[in-house]
Amino acid sequence: MFRSLLFIPGNNPSMLQNADVFLTDAVIFDLEDAVSIKEKHNARNLVKNYLQTSTVLPKQVVLRVNSVDSIYFGEDIKLLKTKKIDYLLIPKMNKETMHKVDIVLNDFERKNNLEQIKLIALIETAQGINEIDYFAENKRLSALFLGGEDLANDLEIKRTDSNNEIHYARSRVIFSAVANGIIPIDTPYTDINNVEGLRKDSEQAKELGMKAKASIHPNQLEIINEVFSPSMDEIDWARDIVRLSKENSDIGVFQYKGKMIDKPIIEKAEKIINKAKQFGIM
Amino acid sequence: MKGIAGSKESNDCLITIESANSTTIEINSIVGAFFYDQIMETVKETLAENNITNVKVIVDDKGALDYTIKSRLLTAIERMKEDV
Repeated sequence: MFRSLLFIPGNNPSMLQNADVFLTDAVIFDLEDAVSIKEKHNARNLVKNYLQTSTVLPKQVVLRVNSVDSIYFGEDIKLLKTKKIDYLLIPKMNKETMHKVDIVLNDFERKNNLEQIKLIALIETAQGINEIDYFAENKRLSALFLGGEDLANDLEIKRTDSNNEIHYARSRVIFSAVANGIIPIDTPYTDINNVEGLRKDSEQAKELGMKAKASIHPNQLEIINEVFSPSMDEIDWARDIVRLSKENSDIGVFQYKGKMIDKPIIEKAEKIINKAKQFGIM
Repeated sequence: MKGIAGSKESNDCLITIESANSTTIEINSIVGAFFYDQIMETVKETLAENNITNVKVIVDDKGALDYTIKSRLLTAIERMKEDV
């Protein structure tokens, strides 16, 4: 379960050595876009040795690997042998990419006697959006992650504060993720110093149904965690509903502050309680 | 043959390795007064693990942790091997 994920460039020792102290639900060690071609080897060695030797790691470790079609993918996935990686983040996901990744990973896991690694699909092309329902049901997937900047590049459109241009893509990611019981993750907000913009962007994504948001700077984590956590009012409401549902277990429907409470509302309350517990809020 | 990896950024180190007639290790570290022996041990261990002998290694350290020193040295070794 995530609210927040933080990207850390794989070749940055200063950020790596602080990775466990950031207030994020998961750290994404990036071997792809944040690392130049000539430093790919260097970054891979650094992340590998960090994972192998660090006694304290982030709560959840995600590795963004290079494209399955690149010469780097085969070397990147060797880091799975550290057994310290919880998820691989696969860039430019589409139907064909999912198929190739599945084949390569099945073979790699079998040869190295590893358990099946979970994946997060980074959807950042028009093709990826169009084909989302073809790969989102793959059992390896734990989350769908919208990459808004690359998608805008693919569509040759400008990103704006209104987010109108990614409304459709956000909705596709959300519906497909929820329908498959996995987590929709929103694109990072790239204006690092714009605190109000980040809050508005996060709230808009949450209203649509996003359950988490990625970040590109540790300063963004506090707002993202706040927006994507259940509020204290929601938790109090959920506690009351769950308590009353137990007290009224012999009847299907009851009233709370003049409103009808039935099974979907009780399930919603239970989800809020579960989330609050997972995130250490209660 | 020569290989260089890393940087002089804080918490990183710049490592240079090149072929020589015998193995020598030079360490210049901002925390050398406290960690010289530990850095030396990491370099020697990494060279031994990779069966590397007869090289000159220069470590320009800006406070890197052991795994960073090891990683940079490994990359420098790989680059030295490619430098033919």
